[in-house]
Amino acid sequence: MTAEIMTAEPGAIQILIELLYLIASVLFILSLKWMSSPTTARHGIWAGEIGMVLAIGGTLLRQGMDYRLIATGLVLGTIIGIPLGNVAMTAVPQRTALSHAFGALCVTLVGSAEFYLRTPEISPFMMSVLSLEVILGALTVTGSLMAAGKLQEILPQRPLTYKGQNLVNFLLLACALAIAITLVLHPGERSLFPIMILIALSFGVLLIIPIGGADMPTVISLLNGYAGLSAAAMGFVLNSKLLIIAGALDGSSGLILSIIMSKAMNRSFTNVLFGAFGQVQTSHGAGEEAKPVRSATPEEAAAILSGANRVIVVPGYGMAVAQAQHKVRELYDALTKRGVDVRFAIHPVAGRMPGHMNVLLAEANIPYDRLIEMEEINGDFPQTDVALVIGANDVTNPAARTDTTSPIYGMPILDVDKAHTVMVIKRSMNPGFAGIDNPLYYLDNNLMLFGDAKAFVGNIVRELGGGHG
Amino acid sequence: MNSSSALINALFIFVLAGFIGFEVIRRVSPLLHTPLMSLTNALDAIAVVGAIVLVGEHKSTLSTVFGFIAVVAATSNIVGGFFITDRMLKMFKSSRPAAKPAAPSVEK
Repeated sequence: MTAEIMTAEPGAIQILIELLYLIASVLFILSLKWMSSPTTARHGIWAGEIGMVLAIGGTLLRQGMDYRLIATGLVLGTIIGIPLGNVAMTAVPQRTALSHAFGALCVTLVGSAEFYLRTPEISPFMMSVLSLEVILGALTVTGSLMAAGKLQEILPQRPLTYKGQNLVNFLLLACALAIAITLVLHPGERSLFPIMILIALSFGVLLIIPIGGADMPTVISLLNGYAGLSAAAMGFVLNSKLLIIAGALDGSSGLILSIIMSKAMNRSFTNVLFGAFGQVQTSHGAGEEAKPVRSATPEEAAAILSGANRVIVVPGYGMAVAQAQHKVRELYDALTKRGVDVRFAIHPVAGRMPGHMNVLLAEANIPYDRLIEMEEINGDFPQTDVALVIGANDVTNPAARTDTTSPIYGMPILDVDKAHTVMVIKRSMNPGFAGIDNPLYYLDNNLMLFGDAKAFVGNIVRELGGGHG
Repeated sequence: MNSSSALINALFIFVLAGFIGFEVIRRVSPLLHTPLMSLTNALDAIAVVGAIVLVGEHKSTLSTVFGFIAVVAATSNIVGGFFITDRMLKMFKSSRPAAKPAAPSVEK
């Protein structure tokens, strides 16, 4: 069969390659379709892997290729990829940001190479798409590297804002677009191309400077979308249907996640698209000082929890920082053994990327059917004996429902204040990332559990007699 | 190759694939949003085919060097992306007793 194809007319191999690309496209779509449920999701990986192997194999069938250099590149990439696939689950957000940067780097480099190979004989349309490809690609490279740096805490996590920030960013983008238009009209002006890339690279840096930790889920989704769109643009340039499809899938995934995240933070999608972050950070006055709060010891907390019938745990990024998820699992075991119904309420923006909390709790062996989305569980808080908040703050702030002057007014929250008793594990009374005071802590049904999340949960477990040391 | 009919074809494919993407990804459980992102990241690295052609055809030094770095970057995304997605999905277990313990994966 293969011999037949080899001896056939030159077009036959081309047709075979296109057919392999078609199969790969179908497998990619199936791969995402199977992600709809945890029971079928692993089929999705296999479909994706087979599609990838077929597509790369098909590409290698092209004649007259220098295989040695290609093989070196594939091996080197594999050597770098294995440790990147092996990071700790708490480091997944920065790994994801880094891989957005790698993907965009690939697209930008291929686009740049195509520019120098094709100019000056390039059609205006092709030049427009190529400009779009490299501008989106380049800003995603630096933007994602900045996001990864902030998440890894190499860079300061605090959002950096200055006057006229949006104007500077807008002017930079306008410059890049002006150069792109010039290149479309005069593709011979090759010296302008590196300037356009440099502007896009600096735009990516400036776009992420004003981003704080709490905005990361939206930003990572948005960068994901940009990476996908730039890959789709590359598909137009190379006239590759497979690449257009993969880019469109990735782009729509990133955009859908950005929309979900921005809704969960009550931001308009355009507000997110144009990177107008950081504005929520404006702190909400000093507030009255030294309002009375009630606090409890681990023994008291254990007593309340063991007397409860229904408990909902609300995890936040603080749980991940304290590496408390395994202690939380022990608490879950100890309470379940006593017949307490324990569930977890997951806010869409809890953590540093979409779905972050689910992965951390799944890693700690908490069954996924105990992890409930915000819309589904919010109605259950009034019938809940104890809501235990671990390392979450703004997503439980009742001011979002009632206080029209609050910077987070209108943001959907978990209604923990409606539970009979609320217990909040927190290091101190310092406000959260957004610097917003949380009136929850002064409610009559609220108890503060001061301490490190991991140590405090460990102490509760010991009191319940279910600890392993 | 760059005729306007090829362009129209490409636009059709882009728009239709975008629709499929929206419909399929809307149905992805929020439980799995993190593995979804690492999976789409790996799939997006199919851009490696463009880089492979650049390296293989060896048209200029610049295009070969850029292509080579692009192959390395995209391959690391493919390998790392599939690998970590698989690790994450293996952790998601239902509270119903698991049928069998997951075997350690050595693939890729």
